[in-house]
Order: sequence, then C-alpha cells, then structure tokens
Amino acid sequence: MTGTFIGMPAFPAAAKEAVGNEVLRANLRRATHTIRDKRARAVAELADWDRLRAAGKAVKDHTLRHLDRYLLELEEAVTAAGGVVHWAADAEEANRIVTGLVLATGEREVVKVKSMATQEIGLNEALEAAGIAAYETDLAELIVQLGHDRPSHILVPAIHRNRAEIRDVFAAEMGAWGRPAPEGLGDDPRELAEAARLHLREKFLRAKVAVSGANFMVAETGTLVVFESEGNGRMCLTLPDTLISVVGIEKVVPTFRDLEIFLQTLPRSSTAERMNPYTSMWTGLGPSKGADGDGPSDFHLVLLDNGRTDTLADEVGRQALRCIRCSACLNVCPVYERAGGHAYGSVYPGPIGAILSPQLRGTGSEIDASLPYASTLCGACYEVCPVAIDIPEVLVHLRERVVQGGPVTREGIRVRIRPARGHAAERAAMRAARRLLDHPGALRAGERLLARARRLRPRRLPGPGRAWTDSRALPELPAEPFRDWWARERGERERPDRAQQDRGEPDRERPDRGEPDRGGRA
Amino acid sequence: MRVALFVTCVNDALYPRTGIAVVRLLERLGVEVDFPAAQSCCGQPQYNTGYRYETEPLVRRTAAAFEGYAYVVTPSGSCAAMIREHYPRIGRKAAAEGRGGELAEAAASLGPRVYELTEFLVDVLGVTDVGAYFPHTVTYHPSCHGLRGLGLGDRPRRLLAAVKGLELVELPGAEECCGFGGTFSVKNPDLSAAMGGDKAGSAAATGADFLCGADNSCLAHLDGILRRRGAPLRTLHLAEILAATEEEPPA
Ligand code: SF4
Repeated sequence: MTGTFIGMPAFPAAAKEAVGNEVLRANLRRATHTIRDKRARAVAELADWDRLRAAGKAVKDHTLRHLDRYLLELEEAVTAAGGVVHWAADAEEANRIVTGLVLATGEREVVKVKSMATQEIGLNEALEAAGIAAYETDLAELIVQLGHDRPSHILVPAIHRNRAEIRDVFAAEMGAWGRPAPEGLGDDPRELAEAARLHLREKFLRAKVAVSGANFMVAETGTLVVFESEGNGRMCLTLPDTLISVVGIEKVVPTFRDLEIFLQTLPRSSTAERMNPYTSMWTGLGPSKGADGDGPSDFHLVLLDNGRTDTLADEVGRQALRCIRCSACLNVCPVYERAGGHAYGSVYPGPIGAILSPQLRGTGSEIDASLPYASTLCGACYEVCPVAIDIPEVLVHLRERVVQGGPVTREGIRVRIRPARGHAAERAAMRAARRLLDHPGALRAGERLLARARRLRPRRLPGPGRAWTDSRALPELPAEPFRDWWARERGERERPDRAQQDRGEPDRERPDRGEPDRGGRA
Repeated sequence: MRVALFVTCVNDALYPRTGIAVVRLLERLGVEVDFPAAQSCCGQPQYNTGYRYETEPLVRRTAAAFEGYAYVVTPSGSCAAMIREHYPRIGRKAAAEGRGGELAEAAASLGPRVYELTEFLVDVLGVTDVGAYFPHTVTYHPSCHGLRGLGLGDRPRRLLAAVKGLELVELPGAEECCGFGGTFSVKNPDLSAAMGGDKAGSAAATGADFLCGADNSCLAHLDGILRRRGAPLRTLHLAEILAATEEEPPA
C-alpha cells in the first residue's frame, strides 16, 4: 500500500541499505563532518565571500545567457591555438568521437584525469568495448576502478571506503592492471599512497594518449583549466602526445580574468584549501605547438551537450548549470551523509545530483522521478553553494514536473510531459485535503472528529501512515481544535458577519470536555 | 496594536496549546489579537510535494483571510517562509502561464505583513524579555525554514535567554536538519528516522528537560521518536515557554 499510495520511489529503497549499514554511516559521517567544518572555516576567512559568491553566480548566468556566442568564441580561440574542436550532442556521439580519436593514434590504452563528464557519458565502458584500456590516475578514482566499484562522491569518489578496504582492493587487484601492490601492504595512508604512486608511474611514463575533462574553459583565450590536488592530472596533461578533453558546454567563462573568482571559491568550497595545489592551464598546443616535445602535439576538445541545452531552456532548472562541482553541497547534506552516494543512481550524487540527473536524463525512470524528493528542503546546500544555486527551489520545481507533468524541452523540442506513474493516489489525497482545507466548515468538523478519536490513539497506523508510526509515536490529540477554544474564549470579539460565514454554522454545543485543554505534548 | 493570528493548520488541529500561548503572550504584551476564522492551511505540504495547482486556492484563501491586517503573526517559521518566499513564486509561475497577476498581487500584498512570532516580538515590539518564568533546563532546535529561510538568527535564543529561571543549554549540531521535511518523513521514512534519531539523541544527551523549537511539525517528529524510545526529554514550542508565568505555568 505504501508503495502505491506515495509512489514509493527508488531512492528510498536504495538509501535503506546505506542507512542500515553502520560502518558506511560512520565512514561518511566522519568524512563529511570533517570537510564540512574545514570548509566553513576556510570560507569564514574571506571578508568578501558573499560578493565572490554573487560574482560567480553573475558570471555563470551571463555566460549561460549567451552560451552560443561564447562557445563559438571558444572554438575559434582553441582552433587558432592548434587544437581541434568537436561537438557532441549526446553521450553516444561523444564516446564515438573519443574512441575514434584514440583508435586513430594506434594506441590501445589511455591515462585519465579525474573527470565528471567522462563518467557521465560512460566513456571508460565505451573505450573498453573498443578494446582500449582506460586507466584512472586520481587516487580515489583508482580505488573505485580497481574495486569494480561506482563513485559515491564528486570529489572523493571512494569516500565510502575506509583504509582497510582500500588496502584489500590494492593487494587483490593492482596486479591485474599493471604493477602489483608491494608484498605485505599495510593500511597506513602513506603506504597506500606510495603503492598507488608506483603503480601509476608506470602508466604515466608509458601512455601516449590522455583523456581529461576541465573545470573551466576561457572563451577569450581558448584556455582550459584543470584543478586537482595530487599532481596526477599535471602528468596526464603534459606527458602524453595526444590529449583529448571532454567538457560540458556549461563550463565556459568569458574571460581569463573571470577565473580570479573561481580560483578563490572553488578550492575553499571543495577541499577547504586557500589555494588549489595543482592548477593546470593550457591553450591549444601552446606557443611551442609541441615542437620541442613540451606538452602534447595533438589536442582535441570535445564539447558535450548531453541534455544541457534542454536544461538551459528551463527558467528555474537552468541554474543547475552554474555548478562548478565543488561538492560542498554533498558534504553539508544530512541526507547524503546517511544515504551515501550510490543511492542517487548517478555519477552526480547529493543535492546537485538530485537536481541535475532528473534534468539531464529526464524524470521518466523511477530513480529520476524519486530524486527530487531525496531532500528535506533544509536549505543547507543552498547556503554553502559558491554559485548560489537555490537547490531547494529547483527540487520543488522538479517535484511539480513529476506529479503534475508540464512543459519540458527534450532534444531541443518543447513537449508536455504527463505526470510520472505511481502518484495517482497521492494526487487524489492532495486534492481531497485541499478541498477540506479550503472549506473551514468542513475542516472544523474534521478537526472535531479527530478530537473525539483521541482516546483511540493507536501505536501503529495502517497503510501510508505506517511510514510515520514505524519509528515515531503519534502526537496526543487535543480535546478541541484551537478555533473552538477561540470561539469560546475570545469569540465574542469576532465580527459576526465574518464569523458566521466562515465557520459555516453558529455551532455552540460541544461534548463536555471537563478541563479546557490537555492536548499537545508536554 | 492589533494583529491577526495565523495559527496554522497543524497547530489548530493538533497543538491548540501553542495557539493559546501566542494569544496569552501577545495579550500580556498589550497587543490585541484577532483570529480570522477564514484561515486554514498555507498550502506548504501541497506545494513542497509538487502540487502547485492544489496550493493556489489556499494562497487565495490565506491572502483574503488576512486582508486589512498590518501584522499577521504566526508561530511557525516554515509557514511564514511559505508565504514570504514561495507565494511570490506561485504568483510568478501563474502569471508566466498566462493566468493573470491575481495570485502575484495577493502574494505581494500579504508577504511583507507576515511575521514569525520571534520576529514580531523582537523586531516589531522590540522586546526580548517578555516577562516569562520557566524554571527548567531547555535546549533549542532552530528549524531549517526559520534558520535559513527566514534568517531568524539568534532571536529565539535571545528570547529564551531572558526567561526567568530558564537555563539554556547548547544543542550540539543544532543547525542540522531534524529530518522531518514534510512528506519527506513518509516518502523517505528510513532517512527521516535516522536523521530524527540523531537529533533526538544529541538533544537527550544535553540533559535538558525540554527540547524547544519554533515549528511544531519538526517537534511532532522529534517528540514521536523520543516517546517511542521512552526518553524523558519533552518537546515544547517556544511560544508556550514565553507565555509561561509564575501564575500561569504551561499546561
Ligand atoms: S551545486 Fe553548488 S555546492 Fe553543489 S557541487 Fe555544484 S557548485 Fe558546489
């Protein structure tokens, strides 16, 4: 019954397991609270944080408003600097382009810089299908890849794993991918990092092709920017001959100067660092054009749409495209902290995932229709977001889309979608409630009925109410509603015309209740 | 000064004591209180679940019920936030859908006149010591819509700190959501219970006699968990503490 009545969606079911997993909850709690507190301190250091946040929002909004123009400007600049620009409408096209480019080099392996865009399109799987091995070089990403796992956090994809688990993964899996883990590997973080370093070094020195994403693209200069903190990205961006970058079209900013905002807000929001450890910037092939062997001699930029233009068409939802993937909203989210990243069924977990996935993928599937409800609307995400995305506002907007249907843009065409399945009973209940609430006479009768039922207060409710009483006692019902107390104690002051009309009937007889009011909680 | 009380549907039906406390408190402070009987629900549960069209009649009803009052006072941060923050959005969307500016006008007229109780006391009446007496240890949970939506800041805590006999103890992790979230509590019951359990646990660990809040829906959720666990800690709306005096302790 619960399932049909409230359209019991996929997120709650997926989250149930995580909620019950004590180890996972402890891992996540420790990790998110640590970074949450550090971020708050790092942000508090800046007296002009609010202005930086407003500026970041303004730059992004402006760029999105003129996205067509800035993308063309970017293409021109990248091309002029010796790069090749490709346009990919969706994941399939992007994968086809990248696979083709790699195959054309004759290579059968690539090293990868951590990138959300390539995860979004499932590039590693596509490359594998074409006989190309893709090696993740970010430490956490490596842990996920070696563990045949899925990422659960934007910035720390292995946040759900503890040291002992990582040790086991390294010891068991590294050998199959390259240099095995040292004998007798322990779970000291330094030892683990050293094992990864040795394993990866072999890949860096051998690889001829690298695949990356980018945090920003500068339209004016054609410069791409990658933020990272391990140095693996710098290796991938400079050592191989061919560099292929897959970047969402919303990552463009107009001018080089605009970066000054994000160079301040992104590190503080994501890792609580004042300055980002490794910020790599490159402009096409650079002045040397790779001639002296400095940097790649071949650079391709794949601009990815994959639902972004459709998202841009929605006036409320488009603000999600301002996201700079700092993951502050995940770290502060009480739901993410308890549900874990996997429950969100997407490479974008947490609050941003809850508004991004149902827009990029649509609300057709069970998981995507449930994501807008994966929040209490507590607003902590909005408060920390460095580009001021009002995530609760978008969540409610997408909830409307789920239960009411309405206009959306799909592949550039405006269509009306029907409400998602499984909400019929809820809709009927909402309608009935509204009718009751819009007729105070009926409401008052209902309240009295409730008051009369107070002695029946059951421990557990049947049907949808079970979801409440499974873990909570029901409130004690009061002897009378407030409006009855008012009518008796203060009612004589009411203007008779209004009172008459609103209360329906001038009802004065009520069951004798002895004492005035014993309801409530205390 | 005359104000209209917007008691909210939850308080009307389940927590009349809170409404009564607001009336007594305001009257004690020399304010004349009206209760426009045409009021019902602000539409927050419908709106937050995605049923914007079902919310519209309630926007109209609420705006009409409080027409002509310069001050509308409500003992619920989330309902105040609903009217101030979301009514204008509902109006804008209706206008964008070509259904005229009537809802937007209703929202624009009502919003600025709505005050959450602690805002009204501190900002309009300019009082923090309301002459209350409550000889108990209290910890305060600032509900999200009051804290982040309305920006109530330290108003509730300042009011509590001025209550005679009251000892205020810090609630660790106070700013974290309690996990109620309206229909979230039944759509995501496991998460809601886990969040509520953690909040109830840290509240109980303070050793306070009462967990105080300014939103009875969050308190109903926490109280339900505390009772189910058999914890001695009780929840109480801020208004009931502020209304309490030596002569008239809370029921
Ligand atoms: S939505 Fe905001 S807080 Fe969340 S990842 Fe994006 S930029 Fe960061």
